[in-house]
Amino acid sequence: MFELLGIPPQALFGQVLLGLINGSFYAILSLGLAVIFGLLNIINFTHGAQYMMGAFVAWMCLNYLGINYWAALLLAPIIVGATGIAIERLLIKRIAHVDHLYGLLLTFGLALIIQGLFRNGYGSSGLAYQIPPELRGGQNLGFMFLPNYRAWVVVASLAVCLATWFLIEKTRLGAYLRAATENPTLTQAFGINVPLMVTLTYGFGVALAAFAGVLAAPIYSVNPNMGADLIIVVFAVVVIGGMGSILGSIITGFGLGLIEGLTKVFYPEASATVIFIIMVLVLLVKPQGLFGRAT
Amino acid sequence: MTFKTLLATTAFAALLASPAVAQQLSIKIGVMNDRSGLYADLTGEGSAVAARLAVEDFKAAEKGLKVEVVSADHQNKPDVGSNIARQWYDQDGVDVIADVPTSSVALAINQITKDKNKVFLNSGAATSDLTGKACSPNTVHWTYDTYALANGTGGAMVKAGGDSWYFLTADYAFGHALERDTSAVVVKNGGKVLGAVRTPFPGTDFSSFLLQAQASKAKVIGLANAGGDTINSIKQAGEFGITQGGQKLAGLLVFVTDVHALGLQTAQGLVLTESFYWDRDEGTRAWSQRFAKAHNGNMPSMVQAGVYGAVLHYLKAVAELKSKDPAAVMAKMKELPTDDPLFGKGTIRADGRKMHPMYLYEVKKPAESKAKWDYYKQVAVLPAEQAFRPLSESECPLVKK
Repeated sequence: MFELLGIPPQALFGQVLLGLINGSFYAILSLGLAVIFGLLNIINFTHGAQYMMGAFVAWMCLNYLGINYWAALLLAPIIVGATGIAIERLLIKRIAHVDHLYGLLLTFGLALIIQGLFRNGYGSSGLAYQIPPELRGGQNLGFMFLPNYRAWVVVASLAVCLATWFLIEKTRLGAYLRAATENPTLTQAFGINVPLMVTLTYGFGVALAAFAGVLAAPIYSVNPNMGADLIIVVFAVVVIGGMGSILGSIITGFGLGLIEGLTKVFYPEASATVIFIIMVLVLLVKPQGLFGRAT
Repeated sequence: MTFKTLLATTAFAALLASPAVAQQLSIKIGVMNDRSGLYADLTGEGSAVAARLAVEDFKAAEKGLKVEVVSADHQNKPDVGSNIARQWYDQDGVDVIADVPTSSVALAINQITKDKNKVFLNSGAATSDLTGKACSPNTVHWTYDTYALANGTGGAMVKAGGDSWYFLTADYAFGHALERDTSAVVVKNGGKVLGAVRTPFPGTDFSSFLLQAQASKAKVIGLANAGGDTINSIKQAGEFGITQGGQKLAGLLVFVTDVHALGLQTAQGLVLTESFYWDRDEGTRAWSQRFAKAHNGNMPSMVQAGVYGAVLHYLKAVAELKSKDPAAVMAKMKELPTDDPLFGKGTIRADGRKMHPMYLYEVKKPAESKAKWDYYKQVAVLPAEQAFRPLSESECPLVKK
């Protein structure tokens, strides 16, 4: 039996798979950020809070209204997406014409407020959300025990990522969207309602975050800080992939999950930092990101 | 009435009032802990509530003490905590810092308090170094420490047949101390430690580390972490079928607030060590109901209870001396026996260690729990002398041998 750096291959396969599972969260979240940045030119710092809201809405649905996981998977993104649309209409729109920095400050402030409100209401140690009965248990793959729910996370997030990519790159609606990104004034002159598109795009990006939140609810604890812990890493993923690149953020999301997973085996102490080290290296060599186009 | 007259009146009133104030001894207690992160529920505002209850119960005002309680968030960062401590001691007139969970921050505050000659009443931190090699004449370590946790949960698990261990260790002062102290107990009882993995703090996904622990084939996986880290580890261990596979989880530091967050369905059967549980006797129940009323219906953790006990004892010492001179107060605190409804009768040792029994609890099954927050059944009591590190093993320079 061969061994790789002292790790038996079975263990390695397991870790690769786990890395991909974590990568699916990075992928969905960074995809939402990329979509929003592409059209609105806003660095959406509220994204982590909106991911957290997705998990909380799922919890509320179950505990206050008796709505199960599957319905919440659809409902939570719609509800949180609607709050996103309200935020865009009431706040972000007003500062669309000024420097990036204001948008960053606005969304960062909003994130702090939302997290604070949830912390006051529900405390910081989190709420219990059980795995839906259909997905309990797991498969013994020989080299590891794969919980059914984790397999579902990978499948669901891959499907959502690919659908989003298809929508933006291959459909007529996507073509309008890309045109509006390229030149909003000209696109509007052709009779396309760009402000509406901007609002809906923000809502869609936020809904993606909430979807990831619902996926995360049964495996990570549902707590007000869950987004804040994750969002910094996701920003690094977006920077590495290239701001605004759809396919780039999907591939980098999964790829970095993988690298992080392997670091957890070979040198666990560095697993929280490895993504930032890669970010520094990528910025030095290719400042526009791996998949970004130079401007 | 003009602004000028108002000013003059106020000044006059202040002049009249000042002699009375001069006879009163004013004390400022700074409750410093995690108010926003993963330890906020088990320390946080609840610890400030507990400190205020202590001031109220002591009837400080009647005894000529004017006590003010302030609070701050150290965000689990030693640099943030140190800055607050300096600001409090140098500029804000704070006399005592209480609570301070997160061992790395507590060790920093321990040093600053010693340098500035103030008083540090630690309740929240775990590291046994606070009364070991880092001990200070200005510090009391009240509620628990890694040595007692290791003895309690660790000792019980080894005796029950769990003689090979693998640790998931939070990668900072606390985790390292807990792993060290538990390893010592395991080895002393004839067990062996197969390995450990240091996990970044705070973490979200522990599945990778749990898989490494699974691969080690150790009988017991020791969780040398706390708060949100422990919650996530236990949750994910269930998901990956680790407990079904025959390996046992040892939550070396689990608080009642963690069990509340996990839910009994997931937490049932866990064995854990605490020095305080709200439902232990009449005294703890009565106090905890009052606490819950003042804190959104949440029951106190042992850390919050410890803040109450420590502040109460400090005020007793100050009232007796009619002075807040740190050296005199510390001597008095160590001389007076402690007595409160939460921890019973006890003492404070020369090294600053508060001595009281520790209790081994098992988390109830969902069917056994009759009310909200009804979570534990008592398994064993460890007398103080067995629970805490004996002075003969102490590395503390304050202990004369």
